[in-house]
Order: sequence, then structure tokens, then C-alpha cells
Amino acid sequence: MNPKTQTMVQRTVFFMLLLSGFAQMPIFKRYYIADIPGFGWLADFAVTHVMHYGFAIVFSFSVFDRLTRSVLEQRQGGEKPWLGDGAYAVLVGGILVSGVLLVARNFIGYRFSPGFITLLDIVHLGLVMVFLVFLSGRVIARRIRSWKR
Amino acid sequence: MNKNGISRRAFLKGGAAVACAAATATIPLTVKALDQEPLATLHDLRKCVGCGECVTACRDMNQRFFPEPVRPFPKMYPKRVKAEDWSEKRDVTDRLTPYNWLTIQQADVKTAEGDLTVYIPRRCMHCVNPPCVKLCPWGAAHQEKNGISVINPDLCLGGAKCQAVCPWDIPQRQTGVGLYLDILPAFAGNGVMYKCNRCYENVAKGENPACIDMCPENVQSIGPRKEMVARAYEIAKEIGGYVYGDKENGGTNTLYVSPVPFEMLNDAIRKGKGLPDLAAKKDVMADGNAMTAALFLAPVAGVVSALSKIALTARRAGLGKEEKKTANPGEVNHES
Ligand code: SF4
Ligand code: SF4
Ligand code: SF4
Repeated sequence: MNPKTQTMVQRTVFFMLLLSGFAQMPIFKRYYIADIPGFGWLADFAVTHVMHYGFAIVFSFSVFDRLTRSVLEQRQGGEKPWLGDGAYAVLVGGILVSGVLLVARNFIGYRFSPGFITLLDIVHLGLVMVFLVFLSGRVIARRIRSWKR
Repeated sequence: MNKNGISRRAFLKGGAAVACAAATATIPLTVKALDQEPLATLHDLRKCVGCGECVTACRDMNQRFFPEPVRPFPKMYPKRVKAEDWSEKRDVTDRLTPYNWLTIQQADVKTAEGDLTVYIPRRCMHCVNPPCVKLCPWGAAHQEKNGISVINPDLCLGGAKCQAVCPWDIPQRQTGVGLYLDILPAFAGNGVMYKCNRCYENVAKGENPACIDMCPENVQSIGPRKEMVARAYEIAKEIGGYVYGDKENGGTNTLYVSPVPFEMLNDAIRKGKGLPDLAAKKDVMADGNAMTAALFLAPVAGVVSALSKIALTARRAGLGKEEKKTANPGEVNHES
């Protein structure tokens, strides 16, 4: 796969992860999005739950693949590693860790206290929102820079 | 090193790592409850006469939890979001509502021995791995260490996802109460969901749930799940009967024993909103949980894939040099 296609695949996976993640809240039916022909599955929690897991598998694979390569490349004199930006690393790390803990919660048993589960839910969603704001900020800043040039 | 120099072969290697992770996805993971054996109840349906004492006992016991909605209800958008109001119909007992957490279903069936009426007390099954608890996006529901699932009325926003993911559509909504009123009542949430909480406060004190104590026919018993399951199958064997609730949705903490097959009862009962069926149910959490091994292995697979790509690129670079050497020995000699 050429780098362009790879980036496109990663972006698609990230978008689907976001979509299936937001679908865990009962909002797509309320706001008619699941009424759009072909989007009915967005209101089916069984489908979006499994999809979120599936895309999370591909996402965490690609994060660790890319991170490992960029760290090793940097050691050999390359540029700053991917996610080398502290804020990025904390956000992506936080989303992955809270996600993994939520997955662990889904097994039979009573691992975490109710308060901690609520905290995990809020942290997972909150970090995704912050990440989106952060990402939009970067894209806008990049655009402004290219206009100025 | 070429940043984008990922060969097709290396990429396939990476793909193999993902495939490895995917292959392990089917490994079933069973994690036992950490603290104690859950409490289960057993209904011996031969004994129930449908008197409704348990329903009354439940309503009396749980009065203090019943919603007192504010009026008028805040306007909700978009238009399709309808208020659900049971506060004027508190006396309804022939289905589950926010004010009625237990209802009796009746099945009139024909058997080889003649006509038979079976009464079936219905409420939350307290699933062993409850989707209503696990899939609530706010963590508003929780499971007690003894297996009882409880929706916290102070946290619930009334989005009704718990009802959508419950195999029996048990939780029931009342609009005009709860946390959503303090956030964005027009745009998110719609009240609070209510259901049987197995009288968890009484159970924590070592008391029985009200519906068990007030039943004149001793239809229900409560105890550690393993014992209750064993007892259910014992009775079923004795009477040539059937068990419901042991396997449904991967197992529940409510067991029913009936002298007639549950398919027959399911065909005979009134079903619909607030009236759960008695059909076979697949485990709602199973598909996601079966993918967990792959999810936990994915980061490792990512690192392995990256290392293999880098090793391959390095090897290729080494081979390239070698080839150059052998193709142009004079030049090499000259250089050296
Ligand atoms: S379970 Fe007991 S109290 Fe409830 S209806 Fe049956 S006989 Fe009556
Ligand atoms: S029966 Fe429904 S409401 Fe009760 S624990 Fe199971 S999923 Fe939750
Ligand atoms: S266990 Fe308690 S809350 Fe549940 S149906 Fe019986 S009386 Fe009602």
C-alpha cells in the first residue's frame, strides 16, 4: 500500500471510530441521522458496538505501528517522532487507556466502582472531544500559514 | 532511512500480524465475578396463582423511588422526541411502567392433561452480565457485588439506551425528572429509566426482596446462583419441566421453572411494550467480548509489524549494497 493510500485508510478508520463511538449515545435516531437511507445501522447499538471494537483494533494497531517506526527513525536522526508532541501523546494515550478499561468492564464481574465507571465514560468522551478541537485547531493553523505564504 | 519506504512484502507482514490478532479474536475469554457468587431468584411457576400480592408489595416498597415529575415538561427538540408520562397512570399494573416494576403475565395453554393456566411474575431478570449496565454511555447504571443491577435515578438522563439493549426491553421511562433537567433539557435526555432493583437496600441488610416475602404461595426463593440453578434443574427433572433464565442472554439471575415449554408460554402470553416475552435470547455482550483478545493484542501486533518492516528495509538496503559491490567490482576496488 502506498503512503497516500495508507494515510487515507488511517483517516477512514479514525472517522469510523468516531462515528461508531458517538453512536454509543442515543443521538443518531433522535436527530434523524439514522433516517438517512443507508445510515439506519447507526441506531443499532449491537452493530455500532461491534464496529467500534473492530475499528479500535485497527486503530490501535496502526497507532503502535506508526509510533514504533517513527521513534526508531528519530533515533537514526529523523525528525520529531509522530505523537512526539506531548499533548497529542497524552490525548491518544488517554483515549486508548480509558477505552481498554471500558472494554475490561464489559466482562462478567464487578471490577470497577460505579463512580469510576462514570469517570471512565466521561474521560473517554471528553478526551475525544478535546482531541477533535485540538485537531481542528491544527488544521486551521496550517491553512492560515499556507495562505500567508 | 526512507520514511515512506514500506515494501509490499513488509506491509503484508504487517497484515499477517493483524491477521494473527484477528485469529485470536475468537478465543472466548471468561472472567469470573471477582467478589462473590451472584444472588439469583427462582420462580416455581407451578405455585403462582396470579393473586398480585407481589405486585402490591413491590409498589409499596418502592414508593419512595417513584418519580414526581416537574410540570410543564420542558419542550424537547426535535419534534419527534415525545414525553413519556406515567405519572397520571400510576395505577396501571398490567404492564411494566416507571411506577410498576413487576407485572403478572397469564398463559392459557392446552396440555395432554387438559387446559392449564400459568401465571408468570415478570420484572428485570438481573442478567449476569447486564447490557443495560455495561452499555449505558454515562455509567448511570451499576451492578452490585451480589449481581443486582441498579439504575441510579440521580445520574440517568433517560436516553433509553438501556431499554434498547435489554433483551426484554425492561426499563421504563418517565419524562420530567432527573439530571437532564439541569443540563440541556431541550436537546439531550428525556427523564429517568425505572425498573426492579431487587430491593437492593433490603438485600444489603440481609432481608428478602418484598415480592418474595409477601407471596402467600412461596413461589420465589433466593440464594447463591449455583444453588438456585441446581435447584431449578432438579425441580424440572422431577416434574418433567423446563427452565428459563439460566442460558438466556448468557445467563440471568432470575430462573423460572415451568411444567410446560417456554415456547408454549411465550406463544400464549400478551407481549408488547412493558410486557416482556419468554423467547430464547442470545448473549448481547458476547460478540464484543469475543473481540477483546484482538483488541489487547493489536498494540503488540503494531509494534511487531513496525519492527519487521524496519528490519526488512534495513536488510534490503544491505542487499542493495552487496549487489552494487558484485556488479561493479572494479569501482569497489578503486574506491577502496
Ligand atoms: S408470585 Fe406469589 S404473590 Fe405474586 S402473583 Fe404469584 S402467587 Fe401471588
Ligand atoms: S433484564 Fe434488562 S434491565 Fe434487567 S439486567 Fe438484564 S438487561 Fe438490564
Ligand atoms: S425485587 Fe423488589 S423491586 Fe424487584 S420486583 Fe420484587 S419487590 Fe419489586
